[in-house]
Amino acid sequence: MRDGTRLGFILLLTPLLLWLSLLIIIPHIDMFLVSLRERVGVGKYEISPANYLTFLQEPLYLWTFMRTAVMSVLATLITLIVGFPVAYYIAKMAKGRIQSLLFLLCLVPFWVSELVRTFGWMILLRETGVISSLLQYLGLIHGPVEMLYNDAAIMIGLVYTSMLFMVVPLISTLGSLDDAVIEAGYDLGGSGPSILWEIIIPHAMPGIVSGCIVVFMLSLGNYLTPTMLGGKDSLWFTELIYSQFIVRFNWELGAAFGFVLLILSSFIVWATLRLTGQTLEKTMG
Amino acid sequence: MIPTIPQSRPFRFAYSAYVVLFFVYLALPLFVVTVFAFNDSQFPSLPWEGFTWNWFFGDAAPMIGVFHERPILRAIGTSAFVGLTVSLLSVAVGVSNAFLFTRHKFPGRGLLYILMLLPLVIPGIVLGISMLVFSSTVANSIWDSMKWDLEVLRPGLTLVILGQFSFIATIATLVISARLQKFDQSLEEAALNLGATRLTAVRTITIPYLAPAMIGAFVVAFLMSFENFNTTLMLVGSDAPLTIAMFDRLKEGSTPLLNAVSLLLMLGSSCLALVMIAFQRRD
Repeated sequence: MRDGTRLGFILLLTPLLLWLSLLIIIPHIDMFLVSLRERVGVGKYEISPANYLTFLQEPLYLWTFMRTAVMSVLATLITLIVGFPVAYYIAKMAKGRIQSLLFLLCLVPFWVSELVRTFGWMILLRETGVISSLLQYLGLIHGPVEMLYNDAAIMIGLVYTSMLFMVVPLISTLGSLDDAVIEAGYDLGGSGPSILWEIIIPHAMPGIVSGCIVVFMLSLGNYLTPTMLGGKDSLWFTELIYSQFIVRFNWELGAAFGFVLLILSSFIVWATLRLTGQTLEKTMG
Repeated sequence: MIPTIPQSRPFRFAYSAYVVLFFVYLALPLFVVTVFAFNDSQFPSLPWEGFTWNWFFGDAAPMIGVFHERPILRAIGTSAFVGLTVSLLSVAVGVSNAFLFTRHKFPGRGLLYILMLLPLVIPGIVLGISMLVFSSTVANSIWDSMKWDLEVLRPGLTLVILGQFSFIATIATLVISARLQKFDQSLEEAALNLGATRLTAVRTITIPYLAPAMIGAFVVAFLMSFENFNTTLMLVGSDAPLTIAMFDRLKEGSTPLLNAVSLLLMLGSSCLALVMIAFQRRD
């Protein structure tokens, strides 16, 4: 390498290394170290797995963790099932201007803050809300109904919030599927469902995988939707982390919770990539 | 299931109806937020009490509009400041990373590329607490060794900016790299042959070519920063950006003031989106 390019290379490498080491890698290592501390006296700490044992032994913590994981998987599946037909419609059925218009319409809600979207659902679902009033007006129910503060409300909010991240990758992979391939499937005697299973879904797999990973991550790490739309019994794991850090000021336990969440999300991402034979570079990059 | 293959009429009808329903689902929350910004009532809910502009321009209690509500205006200013700083930093680092990954082959490149993608798969709240823990470790050790209290490392705007930057930089890098990869490097070589120095060639040829991607990345970064909630929540100090300020109000109970702020936000981000689309069209 010439001296000039070598200097240029070092200049380009420095910001990247500073960013990744100071803002990502070292903070996470430090968080892990803090999670291994146990307070044994005033200002005195010992290394021990006590915080992780607390997590495993306290039923509320473990239960919330499992619930958050299961609900996030469920939200991901619902988003996929709801979004797939729409993505297919936009990619394959709509043509020309309508296609670009529908695509833009899909994006619009996501230019808006998550807070605003959640607020919209609160106005719709609450006891004095629009849907409850409408149902009363139509005579379908007598007296107001509270539809907020339960798991179904959380699910509606999570699916709504993550829809874009499912639909956009699906549209781009489905768009690259040649119509002739589908026609060939019909010519060879395939039926609608068999073509869906054997041609369309395998082709859309990279899009499905990257959509599912992002949606799962967003649901798992969501704080706003469960807090605003969920009730007292629908605790989310991020709410536990928040309360340990900000309310109880027990950073050691909070850091352990954070690390457990990180492990779970990394494991799911790794397992999904592994099962479908994709790589992180291909799905994200 | 493509237009050239005939489908039964009920199937086509059901399919179209489903797509229409989907868009109704997308529009519904935004629609009600907008409508209730103009309700002449203390609560953003039915019954409809008549149309009013008071939640925007009202200057007397109980209906103080957005433009007279100091804390909200200040929060918008804070968010804008954070957003601009984060976007500038992200685009600068993004350009540098894009050149590094597309122009240089070096040992460890693959590993660094994966590390660079990682912030996208770390939950925002974990990014926030790791930064909170690390900055306070550093601040505490500086205090212990030098009795010097570094205010910057305590929760506040600096940490919010760093926290948001830590994952928005990845997005900027991806957007800018995608365009740099399509660049025809012979254009740069031609400039070198004509006697330009390497820096001049990059500045006059490559950077203008990258400009649309840089603007795109800037706008996306600004919006992501403006809307960010999870990471900001953990790092915020006394100067709350808009999303946090609105969240605090929403917890106490909502008034149509929040609808008015939301509507302004929607208008603002659609304007930015249109600007970005216009720039990409022109290209």
